[in-house]
Amino acid sequence: MERSRRRFFRDAGAAALGLGYGLPVLGTGCSFSEEGTHTEGDPTNQWAMVVDIEKCKRDEVRAACVEACNRAHNIPDIPDPDEEIEWIWTEKYEHVFEDQVHDHTPHAVLEAPVLVLCNHCDKPPCVRVCPTQATWKRESDGVVMMDMHRCIGCRYCMAACPYGSRSFNWRNPQEFIAKDVNGEYPSDYPTRSRGVVEKCNFCVERIREGLPPACVEAANGVSGGEGALTFGDLADPDSEVNRILHDTHTITRRHSLGTGPNVYYII
Amino acid sequence: MVPGMIPVKGKGVRTMSDRKFIYIGIAVLLIVVLYPFLHGMVASGDTTQPELYLPSDASECIEETEYMTANHMVLLNEWRDTAVREGIREYTSQSGEIIKISLTGTCISCHGRKDEFCARCHDYSNVTLSCWNCHVTPEGN
Amino acid sequence: MLEAAFRGSKRYWILLGVWSTLILIGAISFSRQLTEGLTITGMSQDVSWGIYIAQFTFLVGVAASAVMVVLPYYLHDYKAFGKLVILGEGLAISAVLMCPLFILVDLGQPQRFTNVLLHPTMNSMMFWDSLALMGYLVLNLVIGATTFDAERKGGPPPRWVKPLILLSIPVAVSIHTVTAFLYSGLEARPFWMTAILAPRFLASAFASGPSLLILISLTLRGLKKFDVGREAIQKLALIVAYAMVINIFFTGVEFFTALYSDMPHHVHAFEYMFMGLEGQNVLAPWMWTGMSIAIICAVLLIVPKFRANERFLAILCVGVIASIWIEKGMGIVVTGFVPSPLGKVVAYTPTAPELAITAGVYGIGLLVLTMLYKIVVTVRERQQVM
Repeated sequence: MERSRRRFFRDAGAAALGLGYGLPVLGTGCSFSEEGTHTEGDPTNQWAMVVDIEKCKRDEVRAACVEACNRAHNIPDIPDPDEEIEWIWTEKYEHVFEDQVHDHTPHAVLEAPVLVLCNHCDKPPCVRVCPTQATWKRESDGVVMMDMHRCIGCRYCMAACPYGSRSFNWRNPQEFIAKDVNGEYPSDYPTRSRGVVEKCNFCVERIREGLPPACVEAANGVSGGEGALTFGDLADPDSEVNRILHDTHTITRRHSLGTGPNVYYII
Repeated sequence: MVPGMIPVKGKGVRTMSDRKFIYIGIAVLLIVVLYPFLHGMVASGDTTQPELYLPSDASECIEETEYMTANHMVLLNEWRDTAVREGIREYTSQSGEIIKISLTGTCISCHGRKDEFCARCHDYSNVTLSCWNCHVTPEGN
Repeated sequence: MLEAAFRGSKRYWILLGVWSTLILIGAISFSRQLTEGLTITGMSQDVSWGIYIAQFTFLVGVAASAVMVVLPYYLHDYKAFGKLVILGEGLAISAVLMCPLFILVDLGQPQRFTNVLLHPTMNSMMFWDSLALMGYLVLNLVIGATTFDAERKGGPPPRWVKPLILLSIPVAVSIHTVTAFLYSGLEARPFWMTAILAPRFLASAFASGPSLLILISLTLRGLKKFDVGREAIQKLALIVAYAMVINIFFTGVEFFTALYSDMPHHVHAFEYMFMGLEGQNVLAPWMWTGMSIAIICAVLLIVPKFRANERFLAILCVGVIASIWIEKGMGIVVTGFVPSPLGKVVAYTPTAPELAITAGVYGIGLLVLTMLYKIVVTVRERQQVM
C-alpha cells in the first residue's frame, strides 16, 4: 500500500510538471531517479526458436501455427493488407533471406514459404528507439515485451525493426476478431485498442504456465509437422534448441545487421 | 488626441469600443467558470449515490472497502505495471493474504457484474473507464 | 504590446479568418481521426510514417534556420540584420510550435503523449528531440520577447539574455541534427542510414528558412509595413545561394555513394524516388520536378546579377522552398520505407483528411506567425511616428 501511494505521488508530480510545457527537464528529472536507470544487461536466460523450413513447407503445418497464434492472442483478421495485424505469418524465401539467393537460385527455393515472427533480438533496435519503454527486452528470459498500456503509437519501432515484425492498429481491431457461436472471443488474452503497436510475444502467457508457445504446440499436433518448430532456452546446454543448433547448419535473418536474432532457421 | 479616445498610461491609446469587448470577455469568462455550478443547480437530476452491485459471498475486498473505494485505481495501476513490466503476479494484502494479480481473474471473479459495479460509479462520477476496451471477460459472467 | 495582435485592418482580420478556417477544417478531420483511428490516413503497415512526420522534419529545418540571422547579428554584430532578427525569431517560434503538433497528430494514442516525459528514455532519439525542440521554443520566446521589448522602449536588452542568445545557436543546430538522427540511426533503413543526413538536413534548412524570410521581408515592404533594408535581403540571398549549393553537393555525394557502389539496398531507394519500382512511381514526377528546380535555382542564385534583382530573387526563393519541401516534406521520409524489409513496394499517397489535418496544423502556425508579425509591425510603425 505504501508503495502504491509513493508511486502515485511520484507519477502525479511528474505529470503535473510534465504538463507544464516549459518544464520538461524538471518533470524528467523527477522520474529519472527511479525509472531512467534501467539496465539492459545480458539476460540470464534466452528463449529461442528453431524453424525447420523443410517441415514447414506443408501448408497445413503453417496454417495450424498461424491459426493457433491468432486464436491464442485474439488477433484480428483485417482483410486490408495495409492494415493487417501479423504475429507469425508466411513470406517467400527470397524476401526472408535476401542475401541467400542469387540469379540462379531455383524458382522453387525463391518461392518457398517461410514462417516469420519477431526475432526477440539480443540487441533489439525497436527497444533502442522506443521513447517510452513501452517495448523492452525482459532481463529474465530475453523476450522482447510490449506494454500496450504504455505505447503512444508513434511507430518508431516499426521504422526501426529490420524484419517487419511489428503491426500497428490503424483501426479498432475488436470488430475483426472472429467470435465463436456464443459471441465470445477465442481466448481471454486481452485484445488491443486502436493506436498501439503489437507483435509476437513468444507466448509469455503460456511460458509462464510452463507451456510451449501456441505455434510450436500446433505444429507438433499436425502429422508431419512434429519438430517443425522447436522452442527452448539457449542458456540451458541440454535444451533441444541447443542440440539442434550444435548439430545442424542453421541461419538467422539479416545476421550482418548485428541485432542478434533468436529465431533460427534450418534450410 | 482624437475626441472619444482615452489615453492610457504609457500604452498609447485605447478606443471606447474596447469597453464593449472587455465586458463581453468578462461575461464569457463568468459563464464558462460558473457553468458547472449553474448546470448542477438547474439540472435537478438524481444526485443520490449510485447503487452498486456487491458480491454477496464476501464481506470485504482484498483490502479494506474504504481503501479500495478511494485507491482502487492506484492499486490497479500498480498491478498493471508489476504484472506486465516486472512479471510479478502476486500481491500481498495488508492482512498478509497472497492474491493473484489478475484483473479478469481476481477482480472479476467477485465483481463479475461490472456493468452494475464499475460502470455505475464511473458513469456517476463521469470518469472514463478504459480497462474493458481491451480486457475481455466472458459475456454474461 | 500584445494588444496590437487584436486590433487591425480589415485585411488583417480576413487573413486571420483564412487561417482559422484552415484550423477548423483540420480540427474536424482530427476529431474524425481520433474516433476512427489513423486508418483514415494513407499510411500502412509498410509505409508507417507519412506526411505528418515529413512536415515535422521540414519545419524543424525552418525553425533551426533562424540561427542564420541570429548568429551574424549577435555574434558578429552584423547591424544590417537588426530589423530582420525578430522576424527570424518569430518564424522559428511558429515553426517550432508546429513540430510537436505534427508529432501529436501522428500518434496512435495522442492522449498518452506525456509518457515521453513520464518515462524518459535516454536511448531514444525521440526523447532528445522533444527536449531539444521544447528548449528551443522556450529560448526563442524568451529571447524574442525581451529583446523586442527592449527595442520598443529604446534601450539595450537586459544583460542576462546574451548567454541565452549564445545558447540558442547550438540548440538550433541540435534540433535539426537530432531530427536527422531519428532516421540515420536505423540499420533497418539503408536509405536513411547515412552519416551525411544531418549535414544535409542543416544545409537544406539554411536554404529554405532564409528564403522564407526573404519572401516575408519583401511582402512586408510591399504592404508598406516596414522595410528590413536592401542589404539584409541581399545578405540573406547570399546565404541561400551558399546553402543551396552545399545542399545539392551533399545530395550529389549521396547519389555517388549509392549509384557507384551499386549496392541494391542503396540503389533501390533512389530508383524508387526517380523511376519507380514495380510500377509504383507516384513520387517520380515530384522528385524530378524538385531536383530540376533545385539545380536551376542554385545556378541562378550564384549569379550576383540575378540575385540583385529582388523580383527575380523572390521567384528563386519560391523555387528553393518548393524544391526543399518536395525533398524533405515528401521524398526522404516515405522513401525510407520502400522497399520494405520484406521486399514489398507499397505506395503512399496522403488522403484528403490527412491533408486537411496537415493544413490545420499549418493554420495554427500561420495564425501565430501573423499575430506575432502584427505586433512587430505595429510597434515599429508607432516608433516611426514618434
